[in-house]
Amino acid sequence: MLGWELPPHNSGGLGVACYHLSKALALKGSSIDFIVPYSAPHDAIDFMTVHGATKLSPLHKFGMGAYDSKFLKETEEQTDSQSSTIRQIQKRYTQYVEEFIEDKEFDVIHAHDWLTMEAGMRAKELTNLPLVVHVHATEYDRAGGASGNPIVHEIEYQGLMMADRIFAVSNITKQIIVEKYHIPANKVEVVHNAIDVADLNDGYEYDTRTYRYLEGLKDEGYTILSVVTRLTVQKGLTYLMEAMAKATSKYDRIALLLVGDGEQRDELVELAAEYGIADKIFFTGFIRGKQWRDAYGVSDVFVLSSISEPFGLTALEAAHHDNAIIVTHQSGVGEVLHSIFRYDFWDTDRLADQIVGIATSDALKTSLRKNIRNEYARLSWHDVADSCMSHYRTFEKQTAVCV
Amino acid sequence: MSNRGITLYLHVHQPFRVRNYSVFDTSIDHNYFVDSNPLSKTSNEQIFRKVADKSYRPMNALLEKLLETHPEFKLSLSITGTFIEQAEQWTPDVLDSFKRLVDTGRVEIVAETYHHSLAFFYSRSEFESQIEAHKAKIKEVFGVETAVFRNTELAYNDELAQWADEYGFKGILAEGWDKVLDWRSPNFAYQPEGTKNIGLLLKNYKLSDDLAFRFSNRSWKEWPLTVDKFTSWVEASAKDQPLINLFMDYETFGEHQWHDTGIFDFFEEFVQKWLAQPEHVFYTVSDALEAHEPAGTLSMPQTVTWADTERDLTAWTGNSMQQEAMRYLYALEDDVLRTGDDELIADWRKLQTSDHAYYMCTKWFTDGDVHAYFSPYDSPYDAFLFYLNAIRDVRWRLHEYHKTGGLGG
Repeated sequence: MLGWELPPHNSGGLGVACYHLSKALALKGSSIDFIVPYSAPHDAIDFMTVHGATKLSPLHKFGMGAYDSKFLKETEEQTDSQSSTIRQIQKRYTQYVEEFIEDKEFDVIHAHDWLTMEAGMRAKELTNLPLVVHVHATEYDRAGGASGNPIVHEIEYQGLMMADRIFAVSNITKQIIVEKYHIPANKVEVVHNAIDVADLNDGYEYDTRTYRYLEGLKDEGYTILSVVTRLTVQKGLTYLMEAMAKATSKYDRIALLLVGDGEQRDELVELAAEYGIADKIFFTGFIRGKQWRDAYGVSDVFVLSSISEPFGLTALEAAHHDNAIIVTHQSGVGEVLHSIFRYDFWDTDRLADQIVGIATSDALKTSLRKNIRNEYARLSWHDVADSCMSHYRTFEKQTAVCV
Repeated sequence: MSNRGITLYLHVHQPFRVRNYSVFDTSIDHNYFVDSNPLSKTSNEQIFRKVADKSYRPMNALLEKLLETHPEFKLSLSITGTFIEQAEQWTPDVLDSFKRLVDTGRVEIVAETYHHSLAFFYSRSEFESQIEAHKAKIKEVFGVETAVFRNTELAYNDELAQWADEYGFKGILAEGWDKVLDWRSPNFAYQPEGTKNIGLLLKNYKLSDDLAFRFSNRSWKEWPLTVDKFTSWVEASAKDQPLINLFMDYETFGEHQWHDTGIFDFFEEFVQKWLAQPEHVFYTVSDALEAHEPAGTLSMPQTVTWADTERDLTAWTGNSMQQEAMRYLYALEDDVLRTGDDELIADWRKLQTSDHAYYMCTKWFTDGDVHAYFSPYDSPYDAFLFYLNAIRDVRWRLHEYHKTGGLGG
């Protein structure tokens, strides 16, 4: 399996999805070699073998993740000073994969996103094995409505063309693959992501002191909304801010917790001040672990405001932490949930209405929270793995062993 | 007119910078100003000690020497309450050296708000409380009364002058800005519009800024500035005019202009050279007003400051973040004061220091260079977020006092 990141060295949902998918596949009997572009211990992973393609160390400070070309930083071995750009890292990654597959037997090559597509194509070329390209996001999503990087588009196009089978994380993503990349629809399978509830039930208990001020607001009758995301244009946060301003003018006992960091932060800080609602918006910066879990815990309503979101795993995490959920029609996770509010990312009037509606009606808030509980828990990585396995089996060889 | 005099006035100030105070500190840790990491850029103690070494100690030594050598040498200082508190805590020797200067009787202390705030524009009662507090602190530390007033950042308008007149100050300071003066010269005393007994002194910004901003600027066509050259400019400016008011930050000497630019030697030599002419004198601000009747009445309906090319308050209140911050801050006044909790009141007042708003300034470009240099934060946005969290924490503490809600502002 070819991937770009795994927890805890992930910058976003890609690493989480790869981790859980691999784990579920391993439980079904797959033997997996997972190649990442950096070297770091993955102590929690015993169900597959993780290989580091370079000696680079992961730099999981925000903004240097799977989405950013400044991802990796040379550490111990200054092999060559040029390896800092993402294209150069991809090149080294591909070289590593070429050597890696030389003397080993595999059944399927499973590559995740454009970052590893070139390596996947090269491996297919050398071994003639079937290639699965798993699309978690396209350049159209990352560009947030803008045109995006033409080189990335080209790599994606080639990877999608060369693939024997494409897994898309949602119908929205499948539609993009078919419409924007002109790939035949019958080559694309929708394989929704899931949530590993067991993984989240690790003895964690919500600590009311982490966000004590917000708890204080709740005591005063406030409803806390939250967003857990990179603060970037793709996420539609300026629209959310506008909706917050509109909602506040109708009902002011609401506050928004923005968890994450990104190049749009400064703009959002300023925008909140311009709307005159700066003290209702709480910026945590990039956080992990307990502070991250507790953010879901303090929150009543989780908003996924993305302009284009292939899936949106955070919505499931929020549902697990007893949040009411609002997602845009442009987010894939909405395809697997029903007891939620949905809106078009630009429709700030509608979002404001939904926010005020939940904030002013305990009955509404309670039913949304209760009903979502029955839905998200049904989404299982085991089902996702079953789906993958059945697709693997359509290839000539029967036992799926993934590079 | 016989004498030609220089009114040298230096402004001494350090704020209590807000540490990197996060959402997770809010309502848990009420310490906004003490950064326990000595390497942090927001460690007030480290900054104070550094500026003491670079500026306060060497400059006070030089001023002491000049006062000793030249009986005609005089100057005025405004020293903020937030400066004095920090000096008391970390460098008592610096405070003692200021006391020795004042004890010569030739160094006048100028009145201002204790917390170097913009309270005049938000709350008249709070503004007056801070002036009272400053007067009391100056009396306690230096044993002197103040008689001439300067507002934070030299922010001045007619209303302020009228207030100061009624309050009983005999003088007030402002920027000598061309757009207001028109054909008039800053080198005279004036009477502010609508006042009875108060005199107005105007900063000669060209000559003041030659030292404060341009002295070490190598791309300035007059660089390097020699004592002869500067003296000739001062003399030319004072031709047929009695007063040259050189107003600037004290930290010009050693901090804004480093020791190796030659600023200390320049200043010493300049004082000597100026006083070598028998008709040349130095004035304190009170002396200057006693020696010179107002040349006329001057009106400044709009607020004028000594900052930036615009000479207005936009560096402090120009953007929406700054406006929000000030709105939230002053909305707390009544609830803060009625706690009677000295510590809480002091924290709230420390948050009024204008520097906090200055760090949130987003006017980059020409003026912004100066702002960037003086900010301990990565960006104005960080400054705003830390500050906002501190405001929220003050709300939290008020909530614990009054149990009336209001965490939401």
